Amino acid sequence: MSYVLLRHRDIPDIGKLSVYKEHGGFEAFKKAVTKMKPNEVTDTVKASGLRGRGGAGFPTGMKWSFIDNKNWPHYVVANADESEPGTFKDREIMESNPFQFLEGVAIASYAVGAKAAYVYLRGEFWQIAKFLDEKIAEMEKAGVLGEKLFGTDYSLNIYTHLGAGAYICGEETAMLESIEGKRGQPRIRPPFPAVHGLYGKPTVVNNVETLANLPMILANGADWYKSLGTPDSAGVKIFSLSGRVRKPGNYELPFGTTFRQLIYEHGGGVQDGRPVKAIMPAGASSSFIVADDKVLDTQMDYATVRTLGADLGSASVIVIDDTVSLDWVINKTIHFFKHESCGKCTPCREGTYWMMHLIDRLHADGCTSADVDLLLNVARQMQNKCLCPLGEFSTMAVVTGIERFPQDFGKA
Amino acid sequence: MSLAKKYPKEVKQILAKYPPEYKRSAVMPLLYLAQSEEGCITRDAMQDIADTLEISVTDVGAIVGFYTLYHDKKEGKYRMQVCTDLPCALRGADQFMESLCSNLGIKIGETTPDGLITLEAVTCLAACDRAPMFQVQSRDGLKYYEDMTVDKTMELIEALRHVDKETA
Ligand code: FES
Repeated sequence: MSYVLLRHRDIPDIGKLSVYKEHGGFEAFKKAVTKMKPNEVTDTVKASGLRGRGGAGFPTGMKWSFIDNKNWPHYVVANADESEPGTFKDREIMESNPFQFLEGVAIASYAVGAKAAYVYLRGEFWQIAKFLDEKIAEMEKAGVLGEKLFGTDYSLNIYTHLGAGAYICGEETAMLESIEGKRGQPRIRPPFPAVHGLYGKPTVVNNVETLANLPMILANGADWYKSLGTPDSAGVKIFSLSGRVRKPGNYELPFGTTFRQLIYEHGGGVQDGRPVKAIMPAGASSSFIVADDKVLDTQMDYATVRTLGADLGSASVIVIDDTVSLDWVINKTIHFFKHESCGKCTPCREGTYWMMHLIDRLHADGCTSADVDLLLNVARQMQNKCLCPLGEFSTMAVVTGIERFPQDFGKA
Repeated sequence: MSLAKKYPKEVKQILAKYPPEYKRSAVMPLLYLAQSEEGCITRDAMQDIADTLEISVTDVGAIVGFYTLYHDKKEGKYRMQVCTDLPCALRGADQFMESLCSNLGIKIGETTPDGLITLEAVTCLAACDRAPMFQVQSRDGLKYYEDMTVDKTMELIEALRHVDKETA
């Protein structure tokens, strides 16, 4: 099967405008603007079954249909913050297949009537932002961005906006605050961005990978897209595979591929031939899945992974083998979330602080099983009380690590 | 001299990205511009940006404090930021960092005596399949170095030292 998203692996020069055009580039956007009404584009995306690839898995077409049509202008924001530990897929799309992503931004913008779109990149993607600026300029020159496109009244500009090192800005309302020139702290929701977004205007925020699907869906039809993947999760997904595997990397595969296929067929198996002990399917925010034969043969789609007590999220699969102790792993995740907590809400700010002190004490001499209980207790106390998902995420590895791998915490 | 006087074209381009009534949005790109000018963000630069955007200097300071890629203090000429987050650590990033520390004779967070390199540990940089890796932040922006070894890194540092002497 040929690639849907990582098409540069089939067509090496697809990052050149002429090559992208030779392969049907911008035809989908042109078709949308000249032959389709905005709501027809939304309906096609709804029918395709495309769900948000940033982690939440929310149906994309439905997200667009919530946009408030009584309040104008509208904005589209592409979430290129890609900061979840274990996730490195959006980067490859933007670096190697930039026009397909930007065409996706354009299609989403047309569908919701936005005349301006922002691509929010994490600050570390400084070089990618410069590169995208060049690609945007090329598109303007070629007449696929700018004023009165394809002889219609529709105009669109795309701008990049660079963050400066803050995981929390991947949360959509924190991202909007950041573009507005404020600290990236999440807003209380509702109202949701579709009603009150950037500059208080209706806004759609979509992940890079989500957007990169759009040109292919419009070109090949919703039915084609639906035919890939599983009934629950249509289409293809880029799995970022990392950790103790022989061949870490991005693998574009249909939903429904099993963990075993990903880790062994594509990832070349575990380093030193060790067995898989635990899997984090959604980066550092994940629950741990206890790996056994049945789990390895489980299909990866949103609904099925949930039956294992975890979320597929952004499909950033971190593989942990039996040489690694989970108390070491949660030490890493706790320090990560402590560092990235924005400090706005008390449960997350204080909770991550205390979890860090407890895990540090656990690793110092003289830890007791009471400390483990206390750590578990703090994590549980935080759950369902935080303002945004970051705080909730910070507890997942702690709770499931201690509960599912008690032997790694001196509890058998 | 103010950024707007020194870089009129860049400042104008930055402001043009945002609706005129929301020019506060330009604070982050302007801070990057100021940082590339001075190597860090000075109090004067913050005041200048505050004046340009018609916001308070406290508002600008809050941004500098919140985001980790802005620095209000000068450290080494190159900030070598090694990812020691979970996926990289599963591929030896902690050991890599330790060897760098001992090779350079400094601890994490410290700067080499010649003021060339500040060594920092950072969280995931979206390069987890290419560990050990780091980014180098300098006045010229940011650059990734991936699939690194200690030897390759020490060579890079030598090369940077060389460039530094040449330009000094
Ligand atoms: S964990 Fe180091 S780049 Fe992701």
